[in-house]
Amino acid sequence: MSKFKKGGADKQPAISTSSLPDIVFMLLFFFMVSTVMREVDLKVEINQPEASEIEKLKQKALVNYVYIGEPIEKERYGTASRIQLNDAFATPKDIGPYIETRKTEVDEAEIPLLTTSLKVDRDVKMGIVTDVKQELREAQSLKISYSTLEKADVNSF
Amino acid sequence: MAKRDTPEINAGSMADIAFLLLVFFLVTTTMDSDFGLMRKLPPPVPDDVESPPIKERNVFVVLANAQNKLLVEGEPMEIGQLKDAAKEFIANPKRDKKLPDFKTVDVPFFGKTDVSKQVISLQNDRGTSYELYIQVQNELARAYNELRNELAREKFGKSFDRLKEDGADEKVKAIRTIYPQRISEAEPKNVGE
Repeated sequence: MSKFKKGGADKQPAISTSSLPDIVFMLLFFFMVSTVMREVDLKVEINQPEASEIEKLKQKALVNYVYIGEPIEKERYGTASRIQLNDAFATPKDIGPYIETRKTEVDEAEIPLLTTSLKVDRDVKMGIVTDVKQELREAQSLKISYSTLEKADVNSF
Repeated sequence: MAKRDTPEINAGSMADIAFLLLVFFLVTTTMDSDFGLMRKLPPPVPDDVESPPIKERNVFVVLANAQNKLLVEGEPMEIGQLKDAAKEFIANPKRDKKLPDFKTVDVPFFGKTDVSKQVISLQNDRGTSYELYIQVQNELARAYNELRNELAREKFGKSFDRLKEDGADEKVKAIRTIYPQRISEAEPKNVGE
């Protein structure tokens, strides 16, 4: 019998939790830095189509968003496809003024860089999309991006 | 007077506060970045301007109707065949008389090169689904990208995307001059909505 052995059951020492706040803060800062606040509350259902030849949108501050899809609250707004700008439903006629206000918000030199991202549900008919495109042409906002999900390249398999 | 010790602030609830903030950011965060097919719309044209005439052999007509069927150069086609058909039209490797004409242009890196006068005309109904429209746009973009990639590999030993990433702007521009992406969209017909 070793004389160093203590009698009785050994108690596991409690794990120190004093560094827990540090870990949590680290996570917190990571999320604070990487976060992008949701732009708007979506009122329309958007199930984007897939495409492979896509480019990433840069300079998020210079992007205007136009949402088109069926309203989520179908009992109140029906099932016809609607356009959403910012937080409200809109008609194609509202797009011109929307682009104009956006143009006043950005630097004059950056106006040609303004891009309109069309977030459109895959089941929407082209008619409403075309109306929007015509309005964008009239408003001289010619750079657009058809927002899609990423599809794996079919040829790479 | 004796200096009193300031009592230490209990930091035990710090973790809770941090957790609260953490949960808030976890909920509001959206990590997704926005991807999309970049296009440039044509500027608005005054009504009295006539569009310049284009020879029929230089135009590749793609029609997408309200029943989500494709008609390419007068023939029905499946979406899977569209890319190869478009590639053959754009490159016209056999110099077919029915396929587009060429114009000789002096391109940096390539010297005098035949550049096709191709234009792809995309027409759709108001009743065409957005998904088909995107697929057609995607297939046409793929046709252009594959041709550009083949040319870039042959000439510079790198894919077109690599050239873009490497910032070889002159080379990218030269390839774009040889295979310019010309997709023209007609005003849609008012059927089937």
